Amino acid sequence: MSLFLIVALPFLGALLPGLMNSAGRQACAGITFTVTLSAFIGLLTNAPAVFAGNVVTVGVDWMPLLGLNFNLMLDGLGFFFAMLILGIGLLIITYARFYLSREDNMGEFFTYLLLFQGAMVGIVLSDNILLLLIFWELTSLSSFLLIGYWKHLPEGRQGARMALTVTGMGGLSMIGGMLILGQIAGSYDLSVILENRELIQESPLYLPALILILLGCFTKSAQFPFHFWLPHAMAAPTPVSAYLHSATMVKAGIFLMARMWPVLSGTTEWFVIVTTAGLITMVLGAVIALFKHDLKALLAFSTVSHLGLITMLLGTGTAFGAMAAMFHILNHATFKAALFMSAGIVDHEAHTRDIRRLGGLRHLMPITFVIATLGALSMAGIPLLNGFLSKEMMLEEANRTVLFNTPWLVPVMATVGSLFSAAYCFRLISHTFLGPVRKDYPSAPHDPGAGLWMPPAILIVPVIAIGVAPFLAEPFVKMVTASVLGEAAEVPTAYFKIWHGLVPALFMSIIATVGGLILLGLFKPLLRGWDAAPRPEAKVIFEGLVEGIVAVAKRLVLPLHDGSFSRYSAFAAVTIIGVGYYAWMTGTVGTATRELQPAGPVPVAGWLMLVAAALGLVFLHRNRLLSLVLIGIAGLMVSVGFVFFSAPDLAMTQFTVEAVTIILLLLALNFLPNRTPVESTVLRRSRDTVIAVAGGLATFALSYHYLLRDSVAPAISAFHVENSYKGGGGTNMVNVILVDFRGFDTYGEIIVLGIAALVIYALTEALLGGPVRARLLNRLPDQPRAGDMHPMMMVVMTRVMMPIIMMVGFYIFLRGHNEPGGGFISGLVVSIGVVIQYMASGFGWTTARLRYPYHGIIGAGVLIAGLTGIGSWFVAKPFLTSDFTYVRIPPFNEFELATAALFDLGVFLAVVGAVMLALESLSRLARRQEAMESEYPMDIDPSREDNDVALQKEEA
Amino acid sequence: MELLVASAIGVLTATGLYLVFRMRSFPVILGISLLTYAVNVFLFASGRLAVGAPPILDKTADLTYADPLPQALVLTAIVISFGMTAVVVMIALGAYLGGDDDTVNDAVQDDTTAKEDAA
Repeated sequence: MSLFLIVALPFLGALLPGLMNSAGRQACAGITFTVTLSAFIGLLTNAPAVFAGNVVTVGVDWMPLLGLNFNLMLDGLGFFFAMLILGIGLLIITYARFYLSREDNMGEFFTYLLLFQGAMVGIVLSDNILLLLIFWELTSLSSFLLIGYWKHLPEGRQGARMALTVTGMGGLSMIGGMLILGQIAGSYDLSVILENRELIQESPLYLPALILILLGCFTKSAQFPFHFWLPHAMAAPTPVSAYLHSATMVKAGIFLMARMWPVLSGTTEWFVIVTTAGLITMVLGAVIALFKHDLKALLAFSTVSHLGLITMLLGTGTAFGAMAAMFHILNHATFKAALFMSAGIVDHEAHTRDIRRLGGLRHLMPITFVIATLGALSMAGIPLLNGFLSKEMMLEEANRTVLFNTPWLVPVMATVGSLFSAAYCFRLISHTFLGPVRKDYPSAPHDPGAGLWMPPAILIVPVIAIGVAPFLAEPFVKMVTASVLGEAAEVPTAYFKIWHGLVPALFMSIIATVGGLILLGLFKPLLRGWDAAPRPEAKVIFEGLVEGIVAVAKRLVLPLHDGSFSRYSAFAAVTIIGVGYYAWMTGTVGTATRELQPAGPVPVAGWLMLVAAALGLVFLHRNRLLSLVLIGIAGLMVSVGFVFFSAPDLAMTQFTVEAVTIILLLLALNFLPNRTPVESTVLRRSRDTVIAVAGGLATFALSYHYLLRDSVAPAISAFHVENSYKGGGGTNMVNVILVDFRGFDTYGEIIVLGIAALVIYALTEALLGGPVRARLLNRLPDQPRAGDMHPMMMVVMTRVMMPIIMMVGFYIFLRGHNEPGGGFISGLVVSIGVVIQYMASGFGWTTARLRYPYHGIIGAGVLIAGLTGIGSWFVAKPFLTSDFTYVRIPPFNEFELATAALFDLGVFLAVVGAVMLALESLSRLARRQEAMESEYPMDIDPSREDNDVALQKEEA
Repeated sequence: MELLVASAIGVLTATGLYLVFRMRSFPVILGISLLTYAVNVFLFASGRLAVGAPPILDKTADLTYADPLPQALVLTAIVISFGMTAVVVMIALGAYLGGDDDTVNDAVQDDTTAKEDAA
């Protein structure tokens, strides 16, 4: 199966659980399982190539200018992780099916899970680091949704937020690191970067890149000092903890360290930073885990500790360390996921995860006991289980590692870590399962159905198999190690075996196990000491930090942005004027290159009317109806100006838009008060005047300046003039630009227009559905109503005019390509024609005659425009390439057929739909239940019999 | 002529700004409309002024034309600004109907509400 499909399957599949939600829980889980299984099988089909040592690659250029290519590769390391993600994913899906209760929305859960799965697979298969970053951020987001899945729990929300903050911050710094790395190597493709070890390590930017990338890895993999988020993320449902926080997401950081190992490791900086962080995390996590009473918290800290162990192994920079790390990843994924699931079973059955309230479960839950015990013993490093083997290798590696010139430091720390690790494992077994059966469990525990215990049991199989017969795993781990090492080092020849002879690692292991038992014996006094000792509480520090930052941000932002619109619009205006003034003063002013054109009496008259209307608005704006007249004059003068200055299309657009805008504002005034009260002080008004005049002077100066000068660089318009007829087949250049040269822009714009109309519709719906509705119904009109709301003359007139307007619209549409006109203008003209019907004959009458809803018209417009664009794909041209031809059907003249006309039709429909939906929504607010719902166009109609009824209604 | 257009842009901007600084939603909407005119004319004028030279190709003669590109940009801008005006009007209406108040300035948000949000 193609790698594209493997990555795409979970994302596509994420749509399904939501759809299957109503089909029942079984179907919902089943479809998720099937999707994951298909991806898993697809992965396995690539196995022969990978085991043969090949790297499977596929790729397409996405944004070659940025170096962002959609390149995927599958080597041993990627295969290993993808198998963990998909394989354990299958078990988790089965487990979650039985774990989630009836109240939980299963479709939502599985959608998030598949999103996460896809993002994880994407990370491990990416061959391009920019692509990898995208998937990386996706895991942060999808894990946020998963951790916070139980939205009703405050811990869930807080934990999700903390995880997102920490990993998101790490992701941010990693973007910086990756960009530096790509700059050094000259490519963002991993395969290229991995071949440039010397170049990268010798670069002066190596250290910053390393630190930034490691910040990303450490936050994701919960390394000290960023380890604190992981235990709080345990508020998630247990399947999530088992999946994200043991097997997959927290390993993403480790995966990246392994991926980058050939280029980044081997330097002192890498060694000191990574090994130290890993070592501290390992010991700290193990110590804290011992004293946690919550089963999941214990497991969380033990995960932190084990991740530290793997990090430390990668940090040593030796081939053996890398091999041990890979082996431990495999082992840890199996036993830890099994343990998490067992903890979930205990929680599910006993209704508590508090170890202090458990004990004696051995008799009540024998199956769970066996699974959990085997997992825990493996984690403790007991022989014949897989944890023992990798822990031995870790101790052996620790023995050879010298940090800070102190030969004993690493071995001792490693032994202490293992000792505490053994201790918490023993505590987990003995305090939960051993001891006497109690009578005070919150719920009577018993073994669950096979659906819950089978997934962890399956995971225990490799735990034992590898533990007894290590040679089973050896070829696989060595294959993975080979792809980690790349060309930087040789795969070690050491064999995997249980008995290595009396080597130091064995003695360290014995010390750890015996010490662990002793610690368990001394647990009670130790716990008293631990509880008495002061410890920093990470959550408090974190919250304090966040609150501090919020306080600082508030102090910065609130003075500017305090909810007063007048205030920040004034700030914005002053700032823009100030910046413009600075640019003006520091720049050089060229000499004028254009002549002033003489102005005749007509332009001066137009100018006078425009200025009079604008100034009149300022003085008369308190009378709102009058100000509508004035703004109408201003708009008309602008349209006339467009005609005068050779822009017929603009003039037609402005003119028609003016008409619908006035109708819109009139509709609004129907509700708003008719006068604006005097509120602001004289001081305030003079301040506003000063700012306004300054702004006016600024724009005046700027426009006057450039109107007298030619542009510095030649304008690109020459191209359009040149090609409008040759390439676009139209003589109206403005229209050809709209539907052809810049068709993509226009396409975006009609979509925006459609969205605006839908927003208006949604707001209307929200208003009508809320408390406002009652107020609207009881509203008394603030002005006397007209006695005859739909005069007969007007109804008849508009009826007659309607076909004429439609004809004009059609004509304007058709001529648009060659003469002024086109989809935008004819759309507006037709809208005006329809609005007139509403005004003359009433809302009810017109609505009843409406065949298609306006939403549909918008949608059809956008669709037609989009399909026209897609059509050019079929002739192997880019999106929205237009074509045209000339046809002659006798006896007509030769005429032109262009795909651009089809696109223009889409524009036309979208404009009609959007304008009408906006106006219709507003007028729906004015509808009241009784009087306005008349189905008849006229209130007085001699041909009708029930005239009296209509009149009575009107009076009521 | 250039002086007329430039000063018209200036007057529209100044009056638009003054109205935007008012405290009630309706004058603010009128102000935004005036600013829209100003900006559209400003953009249009960036193609420089030409009288009697509409950008309609004449296949038979070699003429100079007004710059078509700013015209195309302004054409969509006019239509979009109608859509945006409609949205603003709707928001203003909703606010007025919902709160019986058409002022545009909120009271300054105090710390208590912020804390409730965080909790």
